[in-house]
Amino acid sequence: MRISVIAWKELIQLRRDRLTLGMAVALPVMQLLLFGYAINADVRHIRTVVYDEDQTAASRDLVRSLEATGTYDIVGNVRDHGEIETSFQSGDARVAIVVPARYAADLGAGRSPTVGLLVDGSDPQVVGSATSTASSLVAARGAELAAQRTPPIGIEPNILYNPDQRTALNIVPGLVGVILTMTMVMLTSMAVVRERERGTLEQLIVSPVRNAELVIGKILPYIAIGYLQMSLVLALGRFVFDVPILGSVPLLFGIAALFIAANLALGLSFSTIAKTQQQAMQMSMFFFLPNILLSGFMFPYESMPAPARVLGNILPLTHFLRIVRGIVLKGSALRHLYGEVIWLAAILAAFVLFASLRFKKKIT
Amino acid sequence: MTAIIETRDLSRRFGNLVAVAGISLRVEQGEIFGVLGPNGAGKSTTIRMLCGILDPTSGSGTVMGFDIARDAERIKERIGYMTQRFSLYEDLTVAENLRFYAGIYSVARSETKARVESTLERTGLAQRRSQLAGTLSGGWKQRLALACSTIHQPPLLFLDEPTAGVDPMSRREFWEQIHQLASAGTTVLMTTHYMDEAERCHRLAFIFKGRLLDVGTPEQIVARRKLRVVELDVDRATEAAEALRHRPGVDEVAHYGHMLRVATYDVRDPLAFTRDALADVGIEIRSLREARADVEDAFVSMVRAEAQEAAAAPAARAS
Repeated sequence: MRISVIAWKELIQLRRDRLTLGMAVALPVMQLLLFGYAINADVRHIRTVVYDEDQTAASRDLVRSLEATGTYDIVGNVRDHGEIETSFQSGDARVAIVVPARYAADLGAGRSPTVGLLVDGSDPQVVGSATSTASSLVAARGAELAAQRTPPIGIEPNILYNPDQRTALNIVPGLVGVILTMTMVMLTSMAVVRERERGTLEQLIVSPVRNAELVIGKILPYIAIGYLQMSLVLALGRFVFDVPILGSVPLLFGIAALFIAANLALGLSFSTIAKTQQQAMQMSMFFFLPNILLSGFMFPYESMPAPARVLGNILPLTHFLRIVRGIVLKGSALRHLYGEVIWLAAILAAFVLFASLRFKKKIT
Repeated sequence: MTAIIETRDLSRRFGNLVAVAGISLRVEQGEIFGVLGPNGAGKSTTIRMLCGILDPTSGSGTVMGFDIARDAERIKERIGYMTQRFSLYEDLTVAENLRFYAGIYSVARSETKARVESTLERTGLAQRRSQLAGTLSGGWKQRLALACSTIHQPPLLFLDEPTAGVDPMSRREFWEQIHQLASAGTTVLMTTHYMDEAERCHRLAFIFKGRLLDVGTPEQIVARRKLRVVELDVDRATEAAEALRHRPGVDEVAHYGHMLRVATYDVRDPLAFTRDALADVGIEIRSLREARADVEDAFVSMVRAEAQEAAAAPAARAS
């Protein structure tokens, strides 16, 4: 009863606070569009030059089928490696296909020819799509040739400038976690600090409202906001950027409850420390930065130094990212994710413990 | 008479600081009980203990028969509490604030609507029901805050400096409401800095440095100080005030416009006393009359006596 009254009040306040509400909805949409366009733009029509040392029907056939995938736009032919370098430097091309001189002869003689694929690695998105398209095409073609008892063609991708590959699809599910981290911590910490700033918290402490009623009533509306943001990002990702959800949506939403609760508990903890709304906001931002950098959202977790990995491990986002990427991109089931879920639950328990200790202390 | 509040040696320390030192009080049902004292005297700490949100370090107390340390939750359901900050949700409308506090105090849902409506009518807030509380003027905010803290019709109401920063007209109306509540049987315990308000209370308690200096009706408290007050109009007011201040038997000299107000203690004929004192320094008196000693005189005198005692105590120990 009291919980619902508090939640009702919180919802009215949220509805009147257009700026905060607008931010809660606009933030995921905006971030997704920004990141999403970067994903989409370069995947197809990559400007490509061809260095065909063989100049046979077989080599021209290979180039045509590569072009037919839509991934590569052949913008010209070059005569040596120097010209490839020049076209990369000038930005005329980002990929070069190098067909070796004995391509047709090797095929005929039953040897595996190796086709070179030079990729400008300064843009990770290009690397991802350029190499994966070529590999799958060559694999298909290899199967085709194998049926004719001819040896398979090998492809040797060669990524220049930036050997660090990441698949762009990681961004959309990753954003779910990043946006929840940012808004959940900030909104809850500010909601409580606002009551203290305005003196209404004192009024509530004198009333018969219990701690648990107050905390639950206050965070319920924010849990709803969290799910709204999550749905928004996943739906936009699915329908605008073609990121399918391979795994179970109920499983994802179920595990997300742990993640949202952990962030809310952290927000409550912040609210017991911060004296003003500005301080609460700054603390949230301070917490947000390591989340972006250490969780594996921006940089691969595996390539971080050990201390950073340890720090990353205690952030709920790190584990949620693996879960959400697993479910959305790989179709992982709960049994694949036990480790991460346990981590998340442990972090949640620690945060809730801390928040309730701090919260009680402040009230008396 | 039934005691609504009763405390015995109620004390509270914060680390080394003794905020409240052994206060014993009894507040009767239907009383308007005022607590006076300078800032930091321990008024708010006392109220917080009586509300059950702060445990006493020693001593005990009951509020409506419930122990303040053990039955705090039972007390919280039965009291209203209002502070000078008016603790309203500024982004909620007048009616929403009332409905929220009705819900918090578990007014039955079936009854809430009627209760809110009658409160809006009674307080004159009906026309502003859809206005955001933040846009109300100070007087209306105060009225709404009082309505919110009494929406559950508590038998006991705590008011912590409820009229600070409110204009005189609104204060007057506020007091009318307080007296209405009291005559309907509500007990009111309030702290205030305004001496004119202190005189409107049925009984007063003076708290200074955590200790209870005196309790009684305003008349009793003033009478116990044995003060006699003289108001005079003189030529060189500042000089006259200085001369009088150093005279034994003068408790306090204060400026009121062109007039001086002199509180004397233990003086048989204050008019002759004043005339003599100023004749000694050659200052002419234009007019002179005896006035009624009020709560403010008593308050100032009591605090001064305490401060002098405190200053004398270490000296006495040293000698």
